[in-house]
Amino acid sequence: MNFSNEQLERYSRHIILKEVGAKGQQKILNSKVLIVGTGGLGAPAAMYLAAAGVGTIGLVDYDKVDLSNLQRQIIHRTKDIGKDKVISGKETINEMNPDVNVITYHEWISSKNIIDIINDKDYDFIIDGTDNFPAKFLINDACVLIKKPFSHAGIIRFEGQTMTYVPGEGPCYRCVFQDPPPKDAVPTCKQAGVLGVMGGIIGTIQATEALKYILGVGELLTGYLLTFDALKMEFRKIKISKRKSCQVCGAHPSIKELIDYAGPQCDLKEDHK
Amino acid sequence: MNIKVNGNEQKIDREYTVKELLDVLNVKMKEYVTVQLNDEILSRNDFDKIIVKDGDTVEFLYYMGGGSK
Repeated sequence: MNFSNEQLERYSRHIILKEVGAKGQQKILNSKVLIVGTGGLGAPAAMYLAAAGVGTIGLVDYDKVDLSNLQRQIIHRTKDIGKDKVISGKETINEMNPDVNVITYHEWISSKNIIDIINDKDYDFIIDGTDNFPAKFLINDACVLIKKPFSHAGIIRFEGQTMTYVPGEGPCYRCVFQDPPPKDAVPTCKQAGVLGVMGGIIGTIQATEALKYILGVGELLTGYLLTFDALKMEFRKIKISKRKSCQVCGAHPSIKELIDYAGPQCDLKEDHK
Repeated sequence: MNIKVNGNEQKIDREYTVKELLDVLNVKMKEYVTVQLNDEILSRNDFDKIIVKDGDTVEFLYYMGGGSK
């Protein structure tokens, strides 16, 4: 282990933890986390992972920073409006912690690129910070097919949910939510609103799961769906099981190739005309 | 009879199929909700076949998007 004096001081509150120590901090520095979506969830997740010293952080987003993002997407600043989100995110992370190598993917994820992006740096853990179901099912199926752990999350209004998938250890997102809902059946944050802090609370839980996975400590949210209701200030940790008939991780999977469901990508592009 | 719905005890007058229960309890987004009955996630095709009995634990789980954008 070769920590500089600056690193010893920067990570001293980690190193003093017996569950982390110098060895654990080295694991964090050697780790690679891919964050898909640098929005409400991905912004706080990326910032905490950067502060923690995750050595390689991949950011995937095709969007540009919009004024309406700034109420919750705290990795972006007013001066960043109009900038590509991945660039704005990279700049913030670089200012926070020079130990982090940020890789940017300025693209929409699809069946054609998601596996290449994950394999690009052989990421250890993936964080789903996307806002739409085609992307959420795509990330799930890709992670199941190439055996990568990931954290799912969603937020809307005053509510959030998150679960962690680890290959071979518990249910996947598709075990619980079999197929994407029809377009417009489930409201988006744009339609229904979201309290800005929801991304901070749930995205930070996603970052916590990534760090626990990297360190190999504690119990992950595998086999549980954690739901949060901010109005009641109530967390529920719901035990969930693998579904034998799951199309991607069940006994007889029918999904062997990734699926591009019709997504709101077109809508997103419309917004920036 | 008593069942547990999303963590809360609830009294219902008789046994119902899952499909009926969605109406009786006025569950939101009933076309899209995931139902877990006693630790088993049910296939939507079975909602009208499976009966919810006294003492059962039911979880209604909802899609949640959000995040980026």
